[in-house]
Amino acid sequence: MRSEENIGQRGAGDVRVAAAREVRDGGQRGAQLEEGQRQAGASRPGGRQSRVPSWLSAIVEQGTAMPALISLVVIAVFFEIESHYFLTGSNLSNLVVQTTTLVPVALGEVGVLLLAEIDLSLGSIVGATSAILGVMVSEVGVPWWLGMIIALACGAAMGAFQGAWIAFIRIPSFVVTIGGWLGFLGLQLFILGPQGTLSIFNPQVAALTGSYIPGGAGWVVGGALAVAVVARALLRLRAAGGRRRLGSLTLPALAAALMVGVVAVLNSYKGVPTAFVVVMGLLFAGWWILQHTRPGRNVFAIGGNPEPARRAGIGVRRIRFTAFVIAGTLGAVGGLMAASYNSSAGTLTGGGTLLLEAIGAAVIGGTSLFGGQGTVWAALSGALIMSAISNGLDLMNASSPVKYMVQGAVVLLAVTVDTLLRRRAGRSRRLGGITMSVGAP
Amino acid sequence: MLRAVDVSKSYGGVVALDGVTVSVCRGEVLALVGDNGAGKSTLVKIVSGVVRADKAELYVLGNSVDIGSPAVARSLGIRTVHQEQKLAENLDVIENLFLGEELARWTGPLHMVDFNSMVRPTEVALSKLRITTIADIRTPVARLSGGQRQAVAVARATLGQYRIVLLDEPTTGLSVEASARVMDMVMQLREGGCAVVLVSQSIEEVFEVADRVAVLHHGRLAGVFARAETTPEEVVTAVMGGQL
Repeated sequence: MRSEENIGQRGAGDVRVAAAREVRDGGQRGAQLEEGQRQAGASRPGGRQSRVPSWLSAIVEQGTAMPALISLVVIAVFFEIESHYFLTGSNLSNLVVQTTTLVPVALGEVGVLLLAEIDLSLGSIVGATSAILGVMVSEVGVPWWLGMIIALACGAAMGAFQGAWIAFIRIPSFVVTIGGWLGFLGLQLFILGPQGTLSIFNPQVAALTGSYIPGGAGWVVGGALAVAVVARALLRLRAAGGRRRLGSLTLPALAAALMVGVVAVLNSYKGVPTAFVVVMGLLFAGWWILQHTRPGRNVFAIGGNPEPARRAGIGVRRIRFTAFVIAGTLGAVGGLMAASYNSSAGTLTGGGTLLLEAIGAAVIGGTSLFGGQGTVWAALSGALIMSAISNGLDLMNASSPVKYMVQGAVVLLAVTVDTLLRRRAGRSRRLGGITMSVGAP
Repeated sequence: MLRAVDVSKSYGGVVALDGVTVSVCRGEVLALVGDNGAGKSTLVKIVSGVVRADKAELYVLGNSVDIGSPAVARSLGIRTVHQEQKLAENLDVIENLFLGEELARWTGPLHMVDFNSMVRPTEVALSKLRITTIADIRTPVARLSGGQRQAVAVARATLGQYRIVLLDEPTTGLSVEASARVMDMVMQLREGGCAVVLVSQSIEEVFEVADRVAVLHHGRLAGVFARAETTPEEVVTAVMGGQL
């Protein structure tokens, strides 16, 4: 069918293709896209023209976390107006530290969501590993660092157990991790015993979320990162020799400005929190693996459709398994953060809304629930949105019922805006694409 | 080069292949024809490691091999263009062309994928097939037309070093010109010393490039004909199961 269409319209199509190529060779991609749209409009009287401005579609296209970032700004401005305290150094510093439990969990969730899987056990893993850390440090009396390693190893083992079930026995992850959610919760309660709470009096454990790196060091690290991000973008622009549009600088420039801004704000209080540095390190590692390594790229292929990936010789089972091991380990990182922040491990640690907040954060940040789409930055931006709303409503002395309702509405709104923007951007691009390839009459 | 002896496979009671033996030599094009459900694709999948046969003896270069996974097939120098499930729709053209064998800058478990080095080979592979309608090779494959996707899938077969190339209906959805280029590619592969297995529904195509034609009928081998000694009518009769 389609081939007939191709043949029938080849004459008209070729002309347009040639025109489109000329445009590309002559200049930038952005221009080409617009040209494609203009042609579509010109060749079809009354044809629909997309109203999405090119800088906006550029942002949506490049940075899936971008809409989330914009929401964050809106939320910040709103709460600042309402409470006059939201944008102070001490509050933002607090907010960042509070988020350090959620971000690693959301990051682990992004990894499995990209594979079109889900992990519902991460909340319980947070709880169980915080209890393990508590018992190790407070009761067994191992050094703090060994306790942390043991907790991380236990998280990895829990992830490996579930991953084996999912990857090798092929039980849906939804079911396996519901089992894990209940099972690891049981483990957590068993470890904590009848009294239910374990206080952790250990200065090093507390320092994980309670210490700050000095202002000077913060500036050096933040500044170096900002310079590196911008330099990399500039180098790539130059290497591409004009084939990339200038719009590709928008995101790196914003990111760099954001980094400098964040360091400045945090330094105005006590400095950059150590936990935040740890979390950023994990995010960068995750980003690098997903964007620049072979197994990372294969994650996207598998998440899009596992069968072609398998047929291309990709070790689908191995990658699925590994993703759950990493998710479990990141759950344990969340457990360490929670234990450190509360100076205790209790039956409620890792419970409540933590897991669904993590999934919500990943999705708000632009990660698809159906696999193959998303970035690690979703974990950060989504988690910050969730925490910022909760923090802001606290400042306004809002009650819990109101808090939950507002959070629910924001999740829905953020995902709706993202979906609509994406759909419009996709439509305009598709319009151009069809014009260039088939040649609509 | 490749010999598949006594290949049998059934899917839960339905016999897809029953004791089929075929072979293809270096520098030879073997066409595999037959009605829908005759077992052509199943045979291709078995040789490419996608499906495991119930019973089969496979030989590559005379050595008995066990092709348990697509990765094993690839390491044996077997490259396949499948009929369906051949592309990762959410990835772009470059990533699809190099799917599973991305070029990397470092070695080790975490290869650093080098996109820049894949651009040129991608452009070359597409231009070899005269695919000029793909404006941007960083476009996700989902946004391409059916013919363009098929072209991307076939272009995969022109990359890298392969001894045995299996093409399962490679010209489906392609324009006349692009189909002709695929047939040129088949000839080039043959001249380069590859063994090519071509599954096709088009008798003209088969008679254009094949050296021998193997006909499958209801999972059984109905006959192998040398092109020089047969006629399209004879092949069609075999495809229909003997009666015309």
